Amino acid sequence: MSETTNNPTSGAAVVAAPTQPGQPAPYKKVDLKSDRPTWCPGCGDFTVLDLYFRLCERRQIAREKITTVSGIGCSSRFPYFVQAHGVHFIHGRAVAFASGLSLSRPDLHVFVFSGDGDAYSIGGNHLEHAARKNIHMTLVVMDNNVYGLTKKQTSPTSPIGFKSKTDPTGAVDRPTNPMKKLIAAGATFVARTSHSNPQHVLQMMERAMDHRGFSVIECLSECVEFYPGAFDAANPRKGGQFTVIEEKKNDGTPEDEKRHDPSDEAAAYKLATLPFPGVFGVFYEVKQPAKNDREQQLIDATRAAVGNAPPLACLQKTFARLK
Amino acid sequence: MSNMSDSNSGAAVTAKVVPIKDAVIRIAGNSQDGIQTVGELLARFSGRSAQEVMSYMTIPATISGGPSIYQVRIGSGEVLSVGDEVDVLVAFYQHSYEKHLGALRNGGVLIYDPDQVKPNLDDKRFTYVGVPMTSLTIEAIGGKGRDKGKNMFLLGLIARMFDLDTVKLETMLKDWGAKRDASTMEATFNAFRAGYGFDIGRMGQNFKFIPNEQRSGRPLMVMAGNQAMAYGLIAAGVRFGAAYPITPSSQIMEILRAELPKYGGIFLQCEDEIASVCAAIGASYGGRVAVTSTSGPGLALKTEAIGWAVMAEIPLVVIDVQRGGPSTGLPTKMEQSDLNIAIFGGHGDCPRIVIAPADVEDAFYSSIEAVDLARQYSCPVIVLSDQAIGFRVEAFEEPDLAKIVRELPIDFTPRGAEFKPYEDTVDGIPHHPAPGTPIANNNFPILTGLEHNEAGHPGEDPRYHVVMTAKRRRKLQKLGEKLPTPKVFGPAEGETLLVSWGSAYGPTREAVEKSVADGQPLSALCIRYLNPLPPGLDKIFERFKRILVVENNDSGLYGYGQFAALLRSRFGDPRIGGINKTDGLSFKVREILEAVRAQAR
Repeated sequence: MSETTNNPTSGAAVVAAPTQPGQPAPYKKVDLKSDRPTWCPGCGDFTVLDLYFRLCERRQIAREKITTVSGIGCSSRFPYFVQAHGVHFIHGRAVAFASGLSLSRPDLHVFVFSGDGDAYSIGGNHLEHAARKNIHMTLVVMDNNVYGLTKKQTSPTSPIGFKSKTDPTGAVDRPTNPMKKLIAAGATFVARTSHSNPQHVLQMMERAMDHRGFSVIECLSECVEFYPGAFDAANPRKGGQFTVIEEKKNDGTPEDEKRHDPSDEAAAYKLATLPFPGVFGVFYEVKQPAKNDREQQLIDATRAAVGNAPPLACLQKTFARLK
Repeated sequence: MSNMSDSNSGAAVTAKVVPIKDAVIRIAGNSQDGIQTVGELLARFSGRSAQEVMSYMTIPATISGGPSIYQVRIGSGEVLSVGDEVDVLVAFYQHSYEKHLGALRNGGVLIYDPDQVKPNLDDKRFTYVGVPMTSLTIEAIGGKGRDKGKNMFLLGLIARMFDLDTVKLETMLKDWGAKRDASTMEATFNAFRAGYGFDIGRMGQNFKFIPNEQRSGRPLMVMAGNQAMAYGLIAAGVRFGAAYPITPSSQIMEILRAELPKYGGIFLQCEDEIASVCAAIGASYGGRVAVTSTSGPGLALKTEAIGWAVMAEIPLVVIDVQRGGPSTGLPTKMEQSDLNIAIFGGHGDCPRIVIAPADVEDAFYSSIEAVDLARQYSCPVIVLSDQAIGFRVEAFEEPDLAKIVRELPIDFTPRGAEFKPYEDTVDGIPHHPAPGTPIANNNFPILTGLEHNEAGHPGEDPRYHVVMTAKRRRKLQKLGEKLPTPKVFGPAEGETLLVSWGSAYGPTREAVEKSVADGQPLSALCIRYLNPLPPGLDKIFERFKRILVVENNDSGLYGYGQFAALLRSRFGDPRIGGINKTDGLSFKVREILEAVRAQAR
């Protein structure tokens, strides 16, 4: 039977999937496994996938409401590996797709998994505007500094000097600084993490999920095939340093003075300018009304102004003016 | 104005009243003169008086200022085109007079402002009526309004000339001015009454429309094609739309942005054309078919995403209000040259539904039909409107909203363990569950642009591509079998069959009526379903010696336009030719008849 969710009194359709009767048995992360990932052994993306499973398990997001969206690239094979509703969209446009989905289905928390090419190159414009509008979703950018699926071309985050098939003598263009880009775009939650620190990735995912609005996680995810060792400097196991941002506790202690205030945009921008490997954690977080909520307010106010009339009466009234 | 006498005497003092069935009035001035307001009020008033009406306007491509015209044709019967020739020309300026006198028919009336226009009174083909509209308006308003308000003076003048019901007109003016301040409205009425009171006796005659006997009694709606399309979408239950501003389709997004919240819906103005189609597809995936509206350049940008919707089999409505192309082309002129991109645009074998409304009324019903087809066949539907339909105002019978207006429920029906999103069924039509739908065994679907197996997962086996390509094509073939065969206007057999689609319908039909009246009857067919085509066309074609496709696009490398080429490839019939033009304007009836004669030679 088809569930209609029209609210007969208001006339406006409420778009939310019905809650299932009874409490389903809690699921384990292993239940979420689907197709065997096609990534190369050792790829950083495995970690992100595993942690997404753990996030769903920990939060027990209703199985039928887990919605995973992706574009194109190695990272974007993600939805096939999750046993849940999912979409494998076109290159660079996953955020635009998710914008429509999120706005029309406020009952879902849409997760988008993307890569540096998908998010920062071909999809750069969509990222910027979804961030500016604060459309509710979580975007995880699995950044490996290289085009992997097409087998080693320069990506927007490849450093100068990186030798690829499109830059055989070394990349010449300045790379994008993702953190600067995301903060400047107006994203209301911007975090940075790395596949080499799974606990930290999970922490960031949980905080992103609790954030109302556009949350984005830049996650270093090593490509062992085409750019091995790219992130060693951020990996303590490889002799690097994984420095976690200490956030202000507002406890009045002198140490607190030195801690980072995530609501301070200028301070966040300063952190973003640190040379690689930089720091990890929440760079920026600010409370701003989500586009979804603003639209709902607009709907409520407009509906109230027409006395919550049903669609037929609304259209009849408009047509009376056009006679 | 068929019954109007060709009297050229300007001396009669008392105007006599001549009954007429049809009148074409063109007002020529500059874009800031408010002539569009007069035109629209006249059009709406005609609808309220049960007269059929069709309008045509040009807006300069500049941001403000520049010559502009509004033409309105009012008839006591079906109005099929905006009229080849003008019965009454109103010229505000010398340039208006010079540019538009050629459109005035022999015996027509020129109303001009003698302060601005010096007509050649020796040209005895026309009746000249000099009305100092500018100075009389200033006098009527009291000097402070400069000549703002001369449009209302003109409205009064026309009301007197055509013996329109001033009580009704003033009521309408009050509605129109409901949100304007009192002093503006006072000036408006003063100007209107001054115009109505102007002594037009010198013109020799006034006119009165004979009652419209074809009317069924249902009230007439008066709106432009873009409006009709936007309200059609709302009536059909669309509650999410996304677009990027582009001429001449922006009005659709403006209306949806303002109206959708009333219906609990959202309209998203996007950063670009690509984002808007992607957001609409995302909302459709969410469970209710969504819309994106655009014009040619935008459709070009959207084609990759439309290809995804074809591949993933997601419903989507795309409105293309065509303008002249390619590239930036003619943004404010009409053309029908997006047929190829609508049907074939994009890479790969990419079948989708394409329909084209024939007029403003049809624009309302076509957008509803597009929503239904997208839902039923789970694929994109492209609606090809054009600038002429989008901008012109027409009167049509009020739709039976109680029967039409619906809400579209989201299908959350739980699916069984055997559920496969891309099952290779007989009709090939999938029924995708929206996210939030429980699936037994938790075997959830992935919707994808990769070629996939029935479960929606990419596979190495090339046979899937064979099976799925056939499945996506088959559902459209099934639709094609069910479509109604279009009706032939004029004789069922004969020399020449004219075939039209989209906005060429009106002038083509009028050409048929004229040819029948002239004793050299032509026949015509209007095809609304462009892809797939309706059945039975070959049977109709067999009964004619020559088939000419009337379309506003280029005659192409091989001598026929885009739709003619499609019909030739479909039917392999070398008798199919074309009547084409690319001047950015709708066909005139005369142009069609002359082209038929030329091709008959």
